[in-house]
Amino acid sequence: MTQRLDYLKESPSQTAGPYVHIGCTPNFTGIEIYGGDLGTSMKTGPVKGEEITIKGIVYDGTGTPLRDAMIEIWQPDAAGLFASANETRGQADPNFTGWGRSPGDMNTGEFTFETVKPGAVPFPDGRMQAPHITVWVVARGINLGLHTRIYFADEPEANAADPILTRIEHQNRIPTLLAEKSADGSYRFDIHLQGPQETIFFDI
Amino acid sequence: MSPIKPTGGFIPRDRNWQPDALTPPYKTSIKRSPQAALLSFPTTLSEETSPVFGHNILGELDNDLIHNYAKAGESAIGPRIIVHGRVFDENGRGVPNALVEFWQANAGGRYRHKKEAYQAALDPNFGGCGRTITAEDGSYEFRTIQPGPYPWPNGMNDWRPAHIHFSVFGHGFAQRLITQMYFEGDPHIKLCPIVGVLKSQEAVDALTALLDMNRTVPMDSRAYKFDMVLRGRRQTYFENRKEGL
Repeated sequence: MTQRLDYLKESPSQTAGPYVHIGCTPNFTGIEIYGGDLGTSMKTGPVKGEEITIKGIVYDGTGTPLRDAMIEIWQPDAAGLFASANETRGQADPNFTGWGRSPGDMNTGEFTFETVKPGAVPFPDGRMQAPHITVWVVARGINLGLHTRIYFADEPEANAADPILTRIEHQNRIPTLLAEKSADGSYRFDIHLQGPQETIFFDI
Repeated sequence: MSPIKPTGGFIPRDRNWQPDALTPPYKTSIKRSPQAALLSFPTTLSEETSPVFGHNILGELDNDLIHNYAKAGESAIGPRIIVHGRVFDENGRGVPNALVEFWQANAGGRYRHKKEAYQAALDPNFGGCGRTITAEDGSYEFRTIQPGPYPWPNGMNDWRPAHIHFSVFGHGFAQRLITQMYFEGDPHIKLCPIVGVLKSQEAVDALTALLDMNRTVPMDSRAYKFDMVLRGRRQTYFENRKEGL
């Protein structure tokens, strides 16, 4: 018989559209079917490590904030362990989910995550990666969800040794991946979809 | 059980198959599409792990959009349908315990949202969202009403085909996917600029659910079948897996 590679093709992506909040954060839109919106809180009790707040806005290529985006983050706990079925290295903090989802503020588009500073996680070759948070952005006009990462400006040594950051050709774009401390003590991480400050997005 | 298990990193996403970011006929993409090259690298633990959603988060009516927003004893208006299928990975394995969320317009094509400007009536008994978690074989199902097509501001007179939005969590954050399901035979499919971002008829067909008479419940609901595929992992010998990876 003719040989065939029987792999399936990934389902093609389509935009999340203008009403992604109905499906993913319905309580935010006033549709109260579920007890609450998933991903609203990343803590289910007292957590280990440094508690931090991350705020940001997603901007389009004209500098206009997106108010119809959904932002998700995924990260390990303060010890670098994931609250995942695929975590084989140890038991993650039972009071920390590691996953957050935000529809952004209805008027300003600003998203806020109350989380913990992530611990370091190894790269497949065993080197340690700098502490980071995985980010996924979907919205009307985005045909395929965009992956990026939040690194921390106050981790210069870890960032300088990070296997991914060091292989970025245009090193002058690295600041687009760095969360900076604001005057109020929170970290700032704005996302620019396009333009001179365009965030580095990842094909992972 | 086979000694070969898919425990490696995720197979790269096929960017020649997935839609491009910049698709001018879909106007909103023009200022929302990154222009620099994406940074490619093999998946790490950050992308190979994913949050866990237990069946205990689900309410009894979460997968019944006909009733989950309806007053007691009432139900949403429109053609009653069952949507069912399986979630697979690219290796053809069913994906169990995948959180599947869905949202849609009502039978008249109207969304329950303050920014919605279409004059079609709201259905007081229809909220428009639901969710479920796949079974051990990756199967899922829910009950809803068939949504209507609706107009949207893009060209002067663009209408979306009837569709249901899907958001899916697999077992790795790299698998995260949002897509839309269309209905077999809808004449709006070939006219739609959002469907038009898909690069081939095969890709359109992958998002077009088929009428499934075998799953129809006589005198109650018709049925549509819609399978979805998430990225797969490279298959490696479990025994050869590097410590800690």
